[in-house]
Amino acid sequence: MFALTPASQLAGITPPKLHIPDGFVNLPVSLLCWAITIAILGIAVRRTQNDLGERQVPLMGVMAAFIFAAQMINFPVAGGTSGHLLGGTLAAITLGPWGGMLVMACVVGVQALLFQDGGLVVLGANILNMGILTVLIGYGLYRSVAGQRHGVRLGVAGAAAWLSVMAAALATALQLWLSGTAQLQVVIPAMLGVHALIGIGEALITVAALSFISRTRPDILAPEQHAGGGRGWAVAGLGLALAVVLLAPFASADPDGLERVAENLGFLETGQSAPYEIIPDYTMPFLGETPLSTIVAGLVGALVVAGLAYGLVRLLRRQPARG
Amino acid sequence: MKPAVLSWPLWHEKTMHAHFIDPYRDIASPLHRLDPRVKVVATLLFIVSNTLLPDGAWLAFGLGWLLVLALSAYARLGVGFAFKRSFVALPFALAAVTLIFGLPGRPVWSGSIGPWQLTATDAGLLRFSSIVVRSWLSVQMAILMVATTRFPDLMHALRHLRVPALLVAITSFMYRYLAVLIDEAARLLRAREARSAGLPGMRRGGSVSWRARVAGNMAGQLFLRSYERSDRIYSAMVARGFTGNFQTLNPHVMRARDWTAAIIVVGALVVLQALGRLDVGFLIVDFGLFR
Repeated sequence: MFALTPASQLAGITPPKLHIPDGFVNLPVSLLCWAITIAILGIAVRRTQNDLGERQVPLMGVMAAFIFAAQMINFPVAGGTSGHLLGGTLAAITLGPWGGMLVMACVVGVQALLFQDGGLVVLGANILNMGILTVLIGYGLYRSVAGQRHGVRLGVAGAAAWLSVMAAALATALQLWLSGTAQLQVVIPAMLGVHALIGIGEALITVAALSFISRTRPDILAPEQHAGGGRGWAVAGLGLALAVVLLAPFASADPDGLERVAENLGFLETGQSAPYEIIPDYTMPFLGETPLSTIVAGLVGALVVAGLAYGLVRLLRRQPARG
Repeated sequence: MKPAVLSWPLWHEKTMHAHFIDPYRDIASPLHRLDPRVKVVATLLFIVSNTLLPDGAWLAFGLGWLLVLALSAYARLGVGFAFKRSFVALPFALAAVTLIFGLPGRPVWSGSIGPWQLTATDAGLLRFSSIVVRSWLSVQMAILMVATTRFPDLMHALRHLRVPALLVAITSFMYRYLAVLIDEAARLLRAREARSAGLPGMRRGGSVSWRARVAGNMAGQLFLRSYERSDRIYSAMVARGFTGNFQTLNPHVMRARDWTAAIIVVGALVVLQALGRLDVGFLIVDFGLFR
């Protein structure tokens, strides 16, 4: 008999901080996330069946195991912390958006089933955060520069990897807040702050892995590998990225956030009483006490991303139509 | 000696190192023999029931825990089996810890941590402890479910519960090759470790970005090995007559005792919900003791 080893002890997997356990998200939020996840995965199942046929099962099954194993590969950063991969962007770029979503959904599902990394009733939310949002942003941004030089594509893939981790962290924070499990002013800076660092590791590994793959097997990364309208993905990815950029200033740009919250302790109106309330009874804290700087930062971010989107759409229009 | 039929994590014990990933305990018990569909649905209902119980329903939470302990014993795993493994989800409780100081209520403790003046309230403590207890009970039931159900049976149950066939097939494949690829990754890590010699007292390796590039090359290498392995697997499957359908010898018919178990579980959860909503104010732990 060998002892049951928790997944986190498998050769130094850092426990990912995005897997929400059961009990931390209330039922309405869980069900809402399940509805979105089921709808999107339903489309993904139909689309990949058309594209790949029976060959997809061994390919995606082994690729899901690959993502799980690749999360073990880490590198020391500083002070005992290490960078490692979550894999959403890498899966999206190598397997296409629908395949990437299915693979990530299976990875998150097996982590919940076998290792209790994340709960079962909140699995819908965890798949949405780590398997769907990451793939949408990762693939969408990468696809928006499909015709560009190699270096540009790799750079954008890195940025997409970082943003996808931030998006997952932001979504997790919002779900906890909607469930009355955490306060917005605390959970957003905490989640985004930690994952801004984790995202850098994700970006570096993703870029290096893609560069390695394109040197060895460039055919795998060829854009015609994956069917699907390029511009639709680019718009979806850029839209989500815009949402993250708009909301992120609540966190890191405001280092006094925690202190301010601490000062207000005891005065905060957080009247989450019943577990079945979807919209809690608080005044939207970010509308009440928003410092001007946050608004300005948000607007600047919005303008930058909008400019980016505009430029990309124009570039895409000039591309010859792909078969 | 090992019996002739082994669950897969055992038979490559000698050659592979990732044999510890299967949480299934191979024991004969009534709970192991129960139809996997009943176990999946009962576990999900138990977790939903915990989510729906109001804060501070200690009587219902306590009875829920007794149910977990009783089922652990019934499955011949030992009373504390699930309990001992249930601490995996607790680090996440950090996400909710600020509730203790954030909810308005009667102050029960006050102090300062670093620059922050903190005041814990009874409402905050009640909410925080309820969230942690819900999560901790739910994890225990999930642990019990996978300890008493073989993974292929679990997948078959999901198929019966209308999870898309493609997702179930991918997940089954992933499970089958998990140990192979974890071993592959472990070999890559060992090789890197073996080449990363360093003098005592001196830092090993280059800059952070150099280390990240090495890790990325390893991930890329692992990707290509996996990609090519999936090609070989597919060829082998076609060679053996694979037509896109997965066959099973397990009929999975719901028997009378499966229905009985399902009805008992639903009844028990309804009782728990009723108890959780009764006025059990006298049982709520008085956090005044923290004063």
